[in-house]
Formats: sequence, structure tokens, C-alpha cells
Amino acid sequence: MCTLEERGRVFVLTLTGDGEHWLGHSLIGSIRSALSSVAAAGPGAALVTVAEGRFFSNGLDIGWTGGSRARLGELIQAFRPLAADLLALPMPTVAAVTGHAAAGGFLLALCHDYRLMRADRGVLYMSEIDIGLPLPPYVVAVLRAKITAAQALRDVILRGKKLRAAEAKEMGIVDVVCPSAAETAAEAIKLAELLAARKWDGSVYSSIRISLYPEACRSVGIAEESDEEKRKHFASKL
Amino acid sequence: MDTASLCTVEKRGRVHIITLTGGGEHRLGPALLSAIRSAVAAVRATPGAGALVIAAEGKYFSNGFDQAWARTAPRHLHTSMEGAFRGLVADLLALPMPTVAAVTGHAAAAGCVLALAHDTVVMRASRGFLYMSEVDAGLKIVDFFAELIRQKVPDAVTRRDLLLRGDKMTAAEAVRRGIVDAAVDGGVDDVVTAAVQAAEALAAKGWKGEVVAEIRKSMWPALWRKVKDHGADAPARARL
Repeated sequence: MCTLEERGRVFVLTLTGDGEHWLGHSLIGSIRSALSSVAAAGPGAALVTVAEGRFFSNGLDIGWTGGSRARLGELIQAFRPLAADLLALPMPTVAAVTGHAAAGGFLLALCHDYRLMRADRGVLYMSEIDIGLPLPPYVVAVLRAKITAAQALRDVILRGKKLRAAEAKEMGIVDVVCPSAAETAAEAIKLAELLAARKWDGSVYSSIRISLYPEACRSVGIAEESDEEKRKHFASKL
Repeated sequence: MDTASLCTVEKRGRVHIITLTGGGEHRLGPALLSAIRSAVAAVRATPGAGALVIAAEGKYFSNGFDQAWARTAPRHLHTSMEGAFRGLVADLLALPMPTVAAVTGHAAAAGCVLALAHDTVVMRASRGFLYMSEVDAGLKIVDFFAELIRQKVPDAVTRRDLLLRGDKMTAAEAVRRGIVDAAVDGGVDDVVTAAVQAAEALAAKGWKGEVVAEIRKSMWPALWRKVKDHGADAPARARL
């Protein structure tokens, strides 16, 4: 379902196979497992998430839910700690959006610090409005944290706009547009290497990310450190 | 330490200019913070004062907190430096007149926050960066710093680049990204002149000072809440 490899200081998490990388209990569990092993790396590491095939991820495994609201609720609850793992990860994170990223798949990409995306095919798409599903509060919190232009946010969630890479870049949602999937993955790894080379302290990086997105982090269940704990840390660094 | 020598106050028309003196880094330690806050209080108390400019001499606007001082100070006093800076931000938010930062040189960490705590920011084009250095220095970011950046830096990408990537932003880049109002060619004096011009234009509007202060505080309520208890206006027993 996914593999994790180390290339120098960059951890590459690959969603494997040609399918839609549906985020069901299995894949969510595998990704979380990989992330927890990566979290122990020292300073100067970075994560790239990439996917094989035509899809980055088509979102939560709606097929598995078979129309059961209870099952859908389960998956929504299962994804939340994955979002938390990424938002708290003690290293820079880069999503190589190598194919379609819809709903939960779009959110997975958004939970990374940086997004590179192929120009030639694939869209970012919050499909919920078209499918007829309301957005869970933590999902909205992440969207609001990462998409700050009011019209962009409206287009994405209230109009279900399908974004190609170039448009997503204009809206501030994607950082770099690459011509193909292979180049997207390669550039993502290069960016991750540059970020890893800054040798940032992982726990500080994670703490700063949490102060950057406090409502989203609270919403997915991450506790922010108190100022007193931060002061102790400041004193220890002198 | 002779705090009077750390900054000067002068008047040009309706504009009062506080200048951080000397060619050093203008590190925001207790002495400099106290001097700036006294100067701000003096400007506030001056009848007819129409606007405030804060500027600096030398290569730096301010390079942040005085860590050298903190290294030698007993730990329980560190909070006094942070508390004094919170108080300065509160005093600027509550100031009954428009405020303009003349970013004449590098503004890093608390120095960057100080610049952005003003209503208008003009910055030297030819040298100097805005730089939230904490990620590179391995320091965490306290709540009111993050809140101020969130309020004053309009978009998610720029906030991330500043805080999570430690980008060193030139004036031109900062103007392009909507953080700084103008990039000014020339030297320190040219930047100060431009800041004074901007401040004079604001003073000329003749706005009621108390209204300026109230509207400003109401624009940034979360930030105000985090700093107000440290400000000069706070009741004496609550002041920390």
C-alpha cells in the first residue's frame, strides 16, 4: 500500500500501485506507521510523499463505507490523527502531487508544508459539495489554515472547483508546477534535500509549525505547548 | 546604564521620531526596551503629537532579543525581557496616534515583530532583511509573535516562508507580498524622511487619538488580549 525509503536525509513515502490510493483503515494505518518511524530521525531530515499511477489519492474509501454513515464517520475519525501526525511531524514535509488529489487526498496534500504538482494531468478537487457531504470541522480548519485568499477558499470548498496545477499555484495552494509526474517527484526530492540541509531542530520546527496553524492543529487534536514551556526551552538554548 | 543614550526623541512638525541610536544591533534587552517605552510614553503625553515614527541608526533596525544579556541574567528575569516587549507592543497598539516603522536596516525575530507592530511600515530598499530567524536559531515562537505575524502577514504562503523557512525578505519582496507598505531607495536618512512624510500625511487627517487607539485594538483583538496586561495602561497590580 505504501513504502518508505531513505535517500540520504530525505524520507520518501510512496503510495504504491496504479489504483486510486483510497484512504481506508489499511492505508491510513500504513502511512501512520511510516510517519512514526520517520519522526525519530534527528535534525536535518525531510519527508516527501509521492504516489504511483494516475492518482495521488482519491480520498476516503467511500466504496468500503457502502453508504453506511457509521462507516464514513469511522474513516473521518481515522484520518484525523493522520492529519495530526503530518502537522506535528518534526521535519519539513513536501507533497509531490503526481496525480488527482480529491477530498481526503487533497487534504493529505494540504497537510504537508510544500506542494509540487504536475501540470500535464490531474486536478486538486474538494468534491464534497458535489457529492453532497458536509465537511468535518477539522477538515475545514486545515483548509482555512492553508488557503487564506477568500475567493480561493470559496472556489475550492463552496464551488468544488477542479484545479489544475497552474491555477492552484496562482491561488497559493501549490508552490511549484512541474511538467510531468517524474519531474514532480524529482523536484520534490530536491526541495526536500535543500530543506533537510538547513539542519533545523525537529522539535523546534514542529513547534513553529503548530504556532503557524494553531486552530488547525487544535482541531486535529495536537496540543500546543504553553509559553512557559517555550521559555524553559529558550533558557536551555542560551 | 544610561538609558537616555539608547534612543533619542525628536519632533518634526506633528511627527515624533524615536531613533534607536548607535551602530549596534539594537538588541531588545531590558534597558533598551525600557528606554523605548519611556520615549513612547513621553510622546503619548505630548500635547499635539500627531504621529509616531520609530527608526534606527546603523545597519540594523533591531536584531531581536538580547540573548547575551539573558545568558548572564538569572532565569527568572528572562520573562521580564519578554514581558517588557509584550508591554511595548501593547503600548504601540494603544497609542492614540498613527504609527510608522522606518525599517532602516535588518529586522530579525523580535525586531521584525517590532517593525510589524506599527500601522505602516516603510523599509530601506538597498539593504536589510525582514527575517524571522527563530527556525534557524532553534528557538520556538511564543503566542503573541505568532498572532502578530498571522494578523499582519496576509497570506499562508508568505507566513510559512517567513516562519517555517526563515526567508530573508528584502523590502521589494516584502512590498510584493503585502507585508511592507513601501520600499525606499537611498540611505537611513531617506527612509526616515519617507516615514516622516507618511506619518505627517496620517497626522494631517486629524483623527481623534483615542478613536485611533480603540479601532486599532479592536482590529487585532486576539493580539491585544495577549499583550494588554503588560501595557502602560494596565492596572498597576495586574501589570507583570
